[in-house]
Formats: sequence, structure tokens, C-alpha cells
Amino acid sequence: MNNTELELLKIIADMNATPDGAYNIRANGKLADRQVTENVNIKTKTDNPGIDIIIKPNTKNETVHIPVIISETGLTDLVYNDFYIGENSDVTIVAGCGIHNCGENESRHDGIHTFYVGKNAKVKYIEKHYGEGDGNGSNVMNPTTIVNIEDGGYMEMETAQIKGIDSTKRVTKARLADNASIVIHEKIMTHGTQHAETDFTVDLDGENSGANVISRSVAKGNSFQKFLSKINGNNVCNGHTECDAIIMDGGKVTAIPELTANNIDASLIHEAAIGKIAGDQLIKLMTLGLTEKEAEEQIINGFLK
Amino acid sequence: MLELKNVSFTAENGEGEKEILKDISLKIEDNFTVITGPNGGGKSTLAKIIAGILTPSSGKILLDGEDITGLSVTDRAKKGISFAFQQPVHFKGIRVYDLLSLASGKNLSLNDACDYLSQVGLCARDYIDREVNSSLSGGELKRIEIATVLARSTKVSVFDEPEAGIDLWSFGNLIKVFEKMHGSCGGSIIIISHQERILNIADSVVVIDSGRIKTVGSKQEVLPKLFGTVEKGCRASVCSGKETE
Ligand SMILES: Nc1ncnc2c1ncn2[C@@H]1O[C@H](COP(=O)(O)OP(=O)(O)OP(=O)(O)O)[C@@H](O)[C@H]1O
Ligand SMILES: [Mg+2]
Repeated sequence: MNNTELELLKIIADMNATPDGAYNIRANGKLADRQVTENVNIKTKTDNPGIDIIIKPNTKNETVHIPVIISETGLTDLVYNDFYIGENSDVTIVAGCGIHNCGENESRHDGIHTFYVGKNAKVKYIEKHYGEGDGNGSNVMNPTTIVNIEDGGYMEMETAQIKGIDSTKRVTKARLADNASIVIHEKIMTHGTQHAETDFTVDLDGENSGANVISRSVAKGNSFQKFLSKINGNNVCNGHTECDAIIMDGGKVTAIPELTANNIDASLIHEAAIGKIAGDQLIKLMTLGLTEKEAEEQIINGFLK
Repeated sequence: MLELKNVSFTAENGEGEKEILKDISLKIEDNFTVITGPNGGGKSTLAKIIAGILTPSSGKILLDGEDITGLSVTDRAKKGISFAFQQPVHFKGIRVYDLLSLASGKNLSLNDACDYLSQVGLCARDYIDREVNSSLSGGELKRIEIATVLARSTKVSVFDEPEAGIDLWSFGNLIKVFEKMHGSCGGSIIIISHQERILNIADSVVVIDSGRIKTVGSKQEVLPKLFGTVEKGCRASVCSGKETE
């Protein structure tokens, strides 16, 4: 692996060298390296491009890294990754995609991730998206995440799109059984003429299931973001979705909630706040000696932290 | 020394213009000055003019003889003016430690950060990692606001009603903070306050009423007259204002 690729790995997966535990590195559409452990098996799919990640029941405190990097221009990569999280296990999965595009053509990664979270299992899924490159080729990522959580299961999903993705459409669909819950934290920063769309649908099917979807985003330049969040309360359940966005320059943000209560004991809340940085926040930091630009940076870094 | 020369300020809003400060001339020595006066008199406006948040319609502001009227908020802060807001600002994601660190202008050690918080009566460990957001109570935010000014330790510090929302028990400690600051930094400490206990530690008291300076002097000169003056001021403003009797 060359330096550019190693650098990307560090940014998207916090990986310096090969980590402890299981991992699978995909580079330019091909398997680059893999390690499995006693409890975590990773197999190449035979029907589609992609992998199956199989975690044995009762696996505790293991971390699995599955980064994808693209450093060739003009490459379109489509993968199907399926995650089987065994009952009672407690694991962290670090995914992420980094594109380094120095060419003139579009580089694109579309990932379709399906999670089967077993009974009383806990999984934390971290996904970072990052693009760079000095060419004019655009970087495109369209991740789809399908989540099925069985009784008492829990999933925490943290997604971040930091920089350099020209176009993204993120689709997340979750279906929850009794006592299952999901927490989704999304962070997006767009600039230039970038376009980012996120579309969450959560079906709270189980009794006492719960969902909390929190999105924080910053739209700079002439970028555009659209945040759609749908929660269907089909049982005794709690759902909360929140979109908090800062717009700058000519940035535009649309937030569309759709809450449906199909059960008298479903309790659903949506909050959205979109606006520019509050003037008094800038002024406060300027009275501490920061320039307006420095104040802006601090506010945005904090907001997306 | 901070000097205001014939400072006036007219606010413009949809309905027209309103003259909020009228020809204010004032010398603030390197001592402990308390500005007081009835609500709506123009005290916060004057503080914002000193900090550079508002620009006077006419007049000049001098810091140690240098004309700083045209300087931005940032430049004034760099010249050594600090300002604790009457209504502290919230930030999502910025922690108390971050704010103190920014205020001090360096990578503040955890110990020093904790020290500033302890001075304003907050148990440092409970607060250092908290975000400066609306989950903090009014009094907590107020104390953190004061701590940011302590962390800056500049030659001019302006506090806009620092005691508002601070509980009675802590009030004595707050006064100690100002006394200590006064003793150690030697610059000008300007406090806007309605509290007799704060007026009592002032070297100099300024009374502002209806946008004008009503009285300036040592506390010995001003205090005896003050409560009468303010009371009259209040009544007068009720009569001349929109409120009915
Ligand atoms: N932008 C503005 N437009 C119109 N009027 C304003 C504006 N800003 C302030 N004022 C008015 O100016 C007057 C002075 O306000 P200021 O906040 O300086 O008073 P204050 O002396 O600090 O009062 P308090 O003791 O209540 O804090 C008030 O009557 C206020 O309503
Ligand atoms: Mg005021």
C-alpha cells in the first residue's frame, strides 16, 4: 500500500498499521488485506462483490475494521457487506471510505450494508467518509444501511462526512423488535457545490422500542443538504429526531420530518433548527481576542465535534 | 486609563431613531469603578461601546491615550479590554475548558482552568468538560462568563451585572473575586451593578440615567445621594414613559 492509501486509512479508520482484531481492507475494488479472529469471521461473498462479517454470540469488546479506499480515478466500486452480530455480543465496527481522486473522472463508492443485530446484542458502528484530490474528478458516495434489530438489541451508529465528497445520498432503514433501540448520530459538512442527502426511515415495530436520530450539519459555499427523517411508531415506543444545521455563505439546507404514530402509545418528537451562526456567539469569541474567521472555525469545530 | 469623550449613541430600528447615550464624557482610572442607574438607562449600551460591539454615533474612546474608537471588537480585546456579558452566550459543542482556554489565549493547563472555575465558586471537576449550552443553569453560565474574563486578566475588565442570578450565599465570594482581581491586576475593573454591596467596594461610582451621566464621584460622595437620585430617576422615567401610574 502506498503512502496516499495509508494516509486515507488513518483519516477514515484511525488505523496506523494493521490493528489488533479482525479487519478487512478493500482498496480500489479489491481485497487488500484481511485478518480474522476466533470470534469474528470475514468471508468474501460468492454472489455479489463484498463480504460477510460474522460475529459469534457472546463476543465481547472486539473491534472490527473494514475500511474501503479508492485512489484510482474513474473507479466505480459497489459492495454488499452483511453483518451478523451474534446474540449477547458487544462489539464495535469501524467502517469508512476514503477517496483520493487526482484524475478527471468520477470516483464512486456505493456500499450496501445490512446489519442483523441478534438478541440483546450491542453494536457500535462508526463510518467516516472523506474525499480528497487535486484533479477535477468528482467523489461520489452513496451508502445504504439496512438495520434489523432483534429483541433487546442495541445499535449506535455514528456517521461523519468530513470533507471532499461532492455528492452523497445516504439511505438508512432500520426495523426494531421488542425492547430494541437505535441511536444515530450524523455529522456532515459540505462546501463548494457539494450535494448531500440523507434519508432515514425507522420502523419501531417492537414494544418499548426506541430511536434517536441526531443530525448536525454545516453547509458552506453553495452546497446543498437535504435531511429526511421518517419514524413510524407501530407499537408502544419512543422516537426522536433532531436536525441542527448551520448555513454559511450561500449554503442551503432542507429538513423534512415525517412522523407517523400507528399506535396510541407511540411518542414521537421532531426538532429542527436551521440558521446561520448566531451573531452573539461570534461577538463573544471576538471579545476573547479571536478574529471573526477564527471565531467561526471554533464554533463550527465545536458544533461538529 | 480609559477615557470616553462626548460619546453619543443612536440606535436605529424599524420605527426610527432613538438616542440611547447622550454626550457621555468619562475618565475611568485604573481602579474599581461601578456604573449604576435605573433600568434602561444605557449602562449595557455603554459597556458594548467600550468593548467595540457597538460603534458610537459620535465621540471618541481612548485607551491609555490611544484613540481606539475605530478598532474592532477583536483588536480591542487584543489591546486588553475584556467584557463579561449581561446575558452569557450558549455554544453547542464548545466545552467550558475550551472557552477558558480560548479566553486565556493559550493552551491552558487543566490546573489553571480548574483554578478559574474554583474562584467563581464552581466545583471544577463537574464543569470543565461540560458544554457551554443551555443545560447549564443561569447562575452557572454567569459564573463561567466571569471566569472567562478572569482567564484573560487584561488591563480593562467590564462586567455587566455579574451578580445577576448568583445566589446570596455565593455573593460574598464573588465580591472577594473582584477584590482579589483588583489587588492583583491593577487595571480598571468596571462593574455594572444595582447591588449596594458591590457599590460599597467601589473607588468610583458613575450613575447613568436616561442616557446621561447623572453623577460621578467617589463612593463617599455618591453613595449618600445615590439612593435618592435613583429613586427619583425611576419615578421620573415611569412618568415620562409609556407605563401608567
Ligand atoms: N437596538 C436598539 N433599538 C432601540 N432601543 C434600544 C436598542 N438597544 C437598546 N435600546 C434601548 O436603550 C435603552 C438602554 O438600554 P441598556 O441595555 O443600555 O440599559 P441598561 O442601563 O443596561 O438597563 P438594565 O439595568 O435593565 O440592564 C433601553 O431603553 C433599551 O430599550
Ligand atoms: Mg443592562
